[in-house]
Amino acid sequence: MGTDTSDASADDASDGASEATDGDAPSRAELAARVDELEDALAEADDGGKKMSIIATKGTLDMAYPPLILASTAAAFGYEVTVFHTFWGLDILHEERSKSLKLSSVGNPNMPVPNAVAALPGMDRVTTRMMEKRIADNDTATVEELLETSLDMGVEFQACQMTIDLMDYDEDDFYDGVTAGVGAATALQDMAEADIQLLV
Amino acid sequence: MSSEFDIAETLDVKGASCPMPVVKTKSAIDGLAAGEVLEVLATDPGSMSDIDGWADGTAGVELVDQTEGDDVYKHYVRKTE
Repeated sequence: MGTDTSDASADDASDGASEATDGDAPSRAELAARVDELEDALAEADDGGKKMSIIATKGTLDMAYPPLILASTAAAFGYEVTVFHTFWGLDILHEERSKSLKLSSVGNPNMPVPNAVAALPGMDRVTTRMMEKRIADNDTATVEELLETSLDMGVEFQACQMTIDLMDYDEDDFYDGVTAGVGAATALQDMAEADIQLLV
Repeated sequence: MSSEFDIAETLDVKGASCPMPVVKTKSAIDGLAAGEVLEVLATDPGSMSDIDGWADGTAGVELVDQTEGDDVYKHYVRKTE
């Protein structure tokens, strides 16, 4: 809105023209626009509370836990949570494969055996059994339990369509409630709106 | 300890480890009415910090008390709204 002067007709300039706009002080119109802007930002910020977006790319037994633990915990905080599973991360959502996720015995220098030994046939089975036993002894929730719990709490699990095709999986292979048919743009949109974004 | 609040419900998560004490506390709280207090019995030492942090960061709940003894951690959470 321009600074209006005396020869404008009374009707045209009725809004805001009554106060002279001097030098530095923002005009009423500018202030009103700023208030609108802030109200919009506030409405957006209040829109359903916090959001978390996780990208899960790994399908080993140890790497299945962090996204599921964080997702279920964030849901307990009342966050809106989306977990986008891609590549081996799809196995966490795969009803059958999720029950037999493996722990790799190689590539982890914290393993009690040297890599040369760990690479022998059958060693992954040994380390996986060892970890499964610890999980059971320690009363740690299983991957399946965490997934079912998270689904119950409203976590949205998404299966990347491109990698479903790549791995030759079928939509029916996944747990009920998993969303298939989504891609990177969906994940990106979730990340852009989220307060917390994690790549696991 | 005897206290100035009534316990509406008790949740036993003894034996369960992270994240289950918090996750189950949340589910149990959902079933209470505003003003009611949930007692949570846990053996996970991490539950002391976790339930405190969860109550602090979650709308509609308030940590009333926490006690520690005989390997059981007790948490008292009020649903405020």
